[in-house]
Amino acid sequence: MTEPAAPDDENSRAAGGFWYWYARGLREVFSLPALMLMTAFVGFAGFAREAGLPAGQVVLMTLMIWALPAKFILAAAIQSGASLVAAFIAVTLSSARLMPMVVSIVPEMRTKDTRTWVLVLLSHFVAITAWVIAMDRFREVPREWRTTFFAGLGCTLTLGNSILVGVVYGLAPNLPAELLGALFFLTPIYFLCSLWGSAREPSGQLAMVFGLLLGPVFYLLVPGVSLLVTGTVAGVAAYGAGRFARWWANRT
Amino acid sequence: MSYQSIDALWWQIAFILIAGWIATDLWRVMGVLLGNRIRETSEVLVLVRAIATALVAAVIAQLIVFPSGALAEQTTLWLRIVSAVAGFAAFLGLGQRVAVGVFTALGVLGVGMALGL
Repeated sequence: MTEPAAPDDENSRAAGGFWYWYARGLREVFSLPALMLMTAFVGFAGFAREAGLPAGQVVLMTLMIWALPAKFILAAAIQSGASLVAAFIAVTLSSARLMPMVVSIVPEMRTKDTRTWVLVLLSHFVAITAWVIAMDRFREVPREWRTTFFAGLGCTLTLGNSILVGVVYGLAPNLPAELLGALFFLTPIYFLCSLWGSAREPSGQLAMVFGLLLGPVFYLLVPGVSLLVTGTVAGVAAYGAGRFARWWANRT
Repeated sequence: MSYQSIDALWWQIAFILIAGWIATDLWRVMGVLLGNRIRETSEVLVLVRAIATALVAAVIAQLIVFPSGALAEQTTLWLRIVSAVAGFAAFLGLGQRVAVGVFTALGVLGVGMALGL
């Protein structure tokens, strides 16, 4: 890759080539959000093990899905004996949030020379944590090196956590029960906080509250399809309430 | 056809790839292709986001209220709920930092476990 002269980009520097910016992305793996994510992956490894999934498939899930909520939903669906169609729909619905994240990050790292297939490959690494780190750090990265920076960040986070998941899966029976219990608890709390922070509008936060309250109810009423039913009922209700609130505010 | 329907490795891997990989990367590829053509404020996206958020919230509730294994054996339902509420309250009250919420919740849970609550 040659470095094009980019007079429209003041941050553009001659210093730092491909590996420099790749390493800058890689270094973000040692940031606090990334460490929080790793502890959540420790919890996932234990959860998937208890759901009865073999080690290789848990690592495969980490590599191929990457987004943590989708993996928890798939593992929970498998554990509850859900059909392929039900599992597919549940994971698809939970992952819809990825699209707006990709839509918003693509213009930030694209130059007019960036190939679409590069963006498609890089989009696989988009999940809450990688997205938050990238959107935060992109200001310090010259535009033509942002795809490189994100590749370093995404590849390292995904591969690192896949290895972590495999190792923890093997260690899980030897860990003290109290420690495992605390780690399993870390994941829902981590999601609870980051989900609230990622909500863009009041209806998103309302959907979270409705989902938290209705989830256990539907878990008891309609086991097997409880996630789908909760998502639809609570989501539509929250959207309706959000629309009503907007209508009420704009009434006069 | 569930994961358990066919007791074979190829089926289990196919299940994970279809219900996991395709179901997630579908959205990512669509996100790239749509690029900046779709408005983030689009009304359909608001509804889709609300449903997706509620779905993740249902997973959170399931992990707290009906956990499996070690967490279920080591803690009571009330301790988990109190810890989660305390952690979330600390998150909201102290500048919405995820680490604050997580460490508060784990702290309350740890103290509760030590006291045998």
